[in-house]
This record gives sequence, C-alpha cells and structure tokens, in this order.
Amino acid sequence: MQNDKNFYIIFSIILIFMAVAPLVIQNTHFQHLLIMLLLFATLSQAWNLIGGYAGQVSFGHAVFFGIGSYAAMAPLTHWGLTPWVGMLIGGVVAIIVALIIGVPVFRLKGHYFAISTFAVAEVVRELFTNWEWVDGPIGLDAPVLEQGFYNLMFYKNKLPYLYIVLVFFFIMMLLTFRMERTRMGYYFRAIKQRPEAAQAMGVHISKYKQYALMMSAFFTAICGALYGLYILHIEPATVLSLDISIKIVLITALGGTGALWGPLLGSIILIPLQEYSRIWLGGTGKGIDLILLGALIVLICIYEPRGIVGLLKRFNFQKGKN
Amino acid sequence: MDVTIFLQLVISGLLIGFVFSLIAVGLTLIWGVMDILNFAHGDFLMLAMFSAFLMFANLGVDPVFSLPVIVGLLFFVGLLTFRLVIKPVLGYHALIALLATFGLSIFIRNVVLFFLGPDFRVINQSVLAGKRISFLGLHLSLPQLVSAIGCVLITYVVYLFISKSKFGRALRATALDKDTALLMGINTNRVFALTFGLGAACVGAAGGFLVNFYYVFPEVGLNFAILSFVIVALGGFGNIGGAFLAGILVGLVENIGGFFVGPEFKYTLVFILYLIVISLRPKGLFGW
Repeated sequence: MQNDKNFYIIFSIILIFMAVAPLVIQNTHFQHLLIMLLLFATLSQAWNLIGGYAGQVSFGHAVFFGIGSYAAMAPLTHWGLTPWVGMLIGGVVAIIVALIIGVPVFRLKGHYFAISTFAVAEVVRELFTNWEWVDGPIGLDAPVLEQGFYNLMFYKNKLPYLYIVLVFFFIMMLLTFRMERTRMGYYFRAIKQRPEAAQAMGVHISKYKQYALMMSAFFTAICGALYGLYILHIEPATVLSLDISIKIVLITALGGTGALWGPLLGSIILIPLQEYSRIWLGGTGKGIDLILLGALIVLICIYEPRGIVGLLKRFNFQKGKN
Repeated sequence: MDVTIFLQLVISGLLIGFVFSLIAVGLTLIWGVMDILNFAHGDFLMLAMFSAFLMFANLGVDPVFSLPVIVGLLFFVGLLTFRLVIKPVLGYHALIALLATFGLSIFIRNVVLFFLGPDFRVINQSVLAGKRISFLGLHLSLPQLVSAIGCVLITYVVYLFISKSKFGRALRATALDKDTALLMGINTNRVFALTFGLGAACVGAAGGFLVNFYYVFPEVGLNFAILSFVIVALGGFGNIGGAFLAGILVGLVENIGGFFVGPEFKYTLVFILYLIVISLRPKGLFGW
C-alpha cells in the first residue's frame, strides 16, 4: 500500500500548505484566490465522480450548483434560517433533481446524458429567472446579519471562509480517494471503460451511474451554497449559467479526468490564469484577457491532450528511463 | 382563437425552423462522423454573419450575392480548424476535443469583440430587407422567406451529397466504424477534414441567410448553438433527416409555445420538449 502512503503524505503537505500560506501571506487577494481555487477544486472533484470516474459527461452541473446556492441563500434572506440547514436542503433537492434527470437517460449511451443535463439546467435557469420569490433575474443579496459561524458570515477577513472551504475540500478529496478503492469505485471505472463487459460481470450499470450522479449532485450543491455565501450575491445569470457548467468541466479536463489529482491541478492552472488575466488585461473591456484564455486552452489541449496529469506522468516516465 | 394568428404563428415557426435545421445539420455532420461536439459552431455562424455584414458595409456587396463567398470562406475556416485544433487531439479523450473547440469559441468571439466591438449591427438596405408579401391576411417577410427556401434547398443538397456521392459513402462508412473504413482504403483523416469543412460551410450558408433579417453581434451564435445542440440530440446524432425535422419542430414550438405560454418561456418549452422526447424515445425522434 505504498501508493496509499504516498497519497496521505502529499495530501497532508498540501493541506498544511493551504492552511498556513494565508497566515504568512496576509494579502486579501491571495486569500481570495486560494478560496476560489479550493472551491473550484472541490466542485470539479464532485463533477469528476460522475464525469471522470463513471465517464458520464455532464454539461449541466450548474443546475446543482445553482440549486445549492439558492437553497442556502433564499431561506437565509427570507426567514433568517441558518445556511447550514439550507446547504443540506440544497443537497437533498439536488439529489432529487439528479434522480429526475438520471432515471430516463441512464439507460442510454453517449451524449444523451450530456445534452439532458444541459437542457435541465437551461429550464431551471429560466424558471428561477421568472420566479418572484427569489427576485427573478435580479437575484438575491445576502442580508447583513451578525457575523459568526451560525450565519456563515464573516466581515473582518476572509480566513474563516478559507478554512471552511478547506474542510470541504479535505472531505471531498478523502471521499474520492476512499471511493477509488471500494467496490463502487471499481464499478464506476468498469462502466466507463467497457459498459457491456461491466454489465456482463453483473454490474447494475444504470443504478451505479445514478449513485455517481447523486453523490456528485449533493457535493456540487454544497459548493454552490458556499459560493453564494462567500460572494454574497447570487443571480440566475451567474450561478445557473452554462459558464459555470463549462468551467467545472474545463478544470477537470485540464487537470485530467478520472484522476484523483486532476481537479486540483486543473484549478491551480485555470483559476489564477483567469483571475490574473482579468486583473491585468480585463480593464480594457475589450476582452483581451479572454482572447488569451481561449488561446491558452487550445494550446494546452493540443500540447498535452491527456491533461496536466498526463504531463506529470510524462516527466515521471522520462525520469524512470534514465 | 383566430385562425389567421395561428396560421401566422405556424408559418413564422416554419420559416425560422428551416434556418435552425441547416445550422443543426452542420453540427450533426461533425458530431456524427467524429463524435466531437463542436462548441465553436455558434461562433462559425457569427463569423459568417459578420463577414456578410462587413462585405455589405465596406464593399457594398448585397448579402444575397456574397453568400457563395461566405460558404467558401467558412469551408476554409472549418478545414483550418480541423488542421490546427482538432487533428492534434484526435484519438484522445473526447472531452479534450470538446475543450479545444470551447477554447476556440472563446478565442474567436473575443477577437471579433476586440476588433469590431459589442454593438448590434443590422443590414437594412439590402435587396431583400424590409420587403414583405401579404396574402389572406398573412404577412411573410421576404428576407425570411428567401432564407427559409434557401436553407431547405441547401439542406437537401447536403442530404443528397451524403447519401448519393462517393464521398458521402466514405463519410457514412467512417461514421459507422472508423477502423474498418480505414482498412477499406478510405482516407479517414481526409474525410474528417472535409466533414469539418462541410459542417462549417452549412453553418456559413445559414449565417449568410440569417444576416438578411437578424442583427449581428459577437455573441449572436450562442443562442443558436445551444438550440442546435438540442435539435441534434432531438433528431438523433448524426442523422441529417432527423436534424432537419427536429429543427422545424423546434421552430414551431418556439413560436407557437412562446405565443401561448409567454415569450420568456419559449426556450424552456424547447428544452422540456427535448426532455419529454428523450424519455419516450431514448435515441431521439429519428435515432436508430
């Protein structure tokens, strides 16, 4: 179990670094960057469960993300309900939506699932845009409440947010790591590689795809809730948009789909790239930052089609040869 | 319910539906043959529309006459995209190809934004613009009518080409089984390249028609692309006839449903239609 030991060592080092770095570098923007990075790493890991391990690509994870953020934010604004309960409600609703999507389409192969999640996300976005209770297209602003853990509001600095996100990142990574080694983890990969063979071996394909989607939906919703509570403003055009869905896919694919470290590596590359290109070049309003981003995505794909995990493997391989 | 209004709705739905069809046919060709979802499809549409607009604004060439040039141009854009972006990632995870086209989409859209700005532009002095035909209390805008007829004709030509010509047979063989096609002596890479070009040319033709009655701006392709994804899945992947009929269906649902339920829900209805169809016929209306 050398591999397991390596994982725990690397994982601990990363966690300690993430926890200590913001204490050393007292730069608010650095902390913000770290929060976004960890949040999107967690989010992409959640997508990775269904998209990477089980191989069912979804272009509509914004639907779970948006449901999570609305479930935490709307009861908080209207009734002052603690967002922790809202987060759970969001998770449960996301699971129900996952069931509604999964039951009809998991019988199918190929892109039907991808387009279905995408269609559901568009439907839900338009419903929220026209829903009075959540202020339609304007979206919800978090109310100003007493700060603290109960309301999940911190005004003085960003550190508490960072540690909360770090805890969720820790849970998500550990869960994925353990899942890889359980029977279910093997089932997922079998379904991805050879569905017919998996079925012949007695794996209930649609049931396990459904499990993967439900887990993925639950954690995506929780990340959505955290995002809303951190940004303090949510609206259908951001939390339910195709942009969010694609960004999640982008990060995972950049890092390496179905790889444990893929999501973290992908967000380490993409999030700072996006943030800094926006800061340095975004002010012109002419989209130079996005031109650069698009070109870089294309170049990364062409240069290393296996994702950054593939790149690392290549270096490892070369080292092994010498 | 007034019959004239209903007829008018049906006709408007049909007219825009034919344009959707042609866009979706371009997408379904690429998707069916290469199993690649081309996210830059909408941006190809935008490029076609902008080229038509620029030719009109700078050279005074009417969009009706610039159409062949635009189709050729987009064919070339498709070939170029295949060579530079798609070919290096063929054979890897399908997501990477998708990602590459997504990056390309962001790139194209923002380059156009950078050089031409975000303004909405419209061609209002062309041969067709603003003219309409009225009969029996129904109004048909001439540019839309011409576009619809043109789109149907081109879709039919593409269909004939795919089902009758030698290249079409090679294309279908490659779509069914790439390795076997290769063994039979078909140059699959060439088929891929030409398919990409053909798909882009289809969307180029649609853009060339669309510019006659639709405004142009850098993000114009987005909505059409999203709709055409749904149309392709609705008709069954890689199925040209399916994409054609599904496009008409979506046009009708958008217009008639939008009128009765409210225009803010017109896309919602299209997506709900898709979800209903997919639960009844899991491989799309005409999928096999």
